[in-house]
Amino acid sequence: MQEVAGAGGGQYATHYTAVAARFAQGDRVRVRDSAPLGHIRTPFYIRGHVGVIERYCGAFPNPEELAQMRDGLPAQPLYRVRFLETEVWPDYAGRAHDTIDIEIFQHWLERAK
Amino acid sequence: MAKPIKSAASNRPTSRDERPDRLIERGHHDMGGLPAGRVEPSEHDYAEWERRVDALMVLLSGVKGAPPRMSVDELRKNIEALGPEAYDSMSYYERWVTSITQTMIQRGVITTDELGRKMEEIRKRREDACKK
Repeated sequence: MQEVAGAGGGQYATHYTAVAARFAQGDRVRVRDSAPLGHIRTPFYIRGHVGVIERYCGAFPNPEELAQMRDGLPAQPLYRVRFLETEVWPDYAGRAHDTIDIEIFQHWLERAK
Repeated sequence: MAKPIKSAASNRPTSRDERPDRLIERGHHDMGGLPAGRVEPSEHDYAEWERRVDALMVLLSGVKGAPPRMSVDELRKNIEALGPEAYDSMSYYERWVTSITQTMIQRGVITTDELGRKMEEIRKRREDACKK
């Protein structure tokens, strides 16, 4: 657990008690292929895919908890993760190096080899 | 449901026999990547009630230090809880006002009974106005 205060490394200043950030820019991560119930901010189509941490955005109260009228604390680190379109959509017809960026909370990510 | 375009995600097993750990594979609202035809952008104005619903959400979210009555995540949760038919047939702000109302009931700001009686009262008022 860490206190993320002011310009605590992320793009947006936050001041919540937060879970420690596990990933750094450039780390390869896999989105958990999970289908729990409740309000989920991780899009279905990206679950199970591997991307690279583009940046750490800061720590924010967990929206899955906020949706259920709780405070969402400790805050969860949020990352902008970059995926290759061709990895997400095997029949993608655009350029081979096209990417898609998605902001995903840390508890949805695991380290990829 | 429309067949998803080919993706690694869509190759995953979807039956509960294969994946008993998954009850609802994909929420109806979570439609990113599904075929939907062309996006046709068009200019449109908002009706007065739509502006009011938007303002209501701003006020309930807590402006200028006022205590928030609900979060945008609750707004999303109750929109996602709509049945697929309601989700598809409602307009953007119809979904919002339905979700805000559900949230106010869940949070105890209003009761179901109060809501029902108020809606009845308004219906009667409109009927009376039409008779005149």
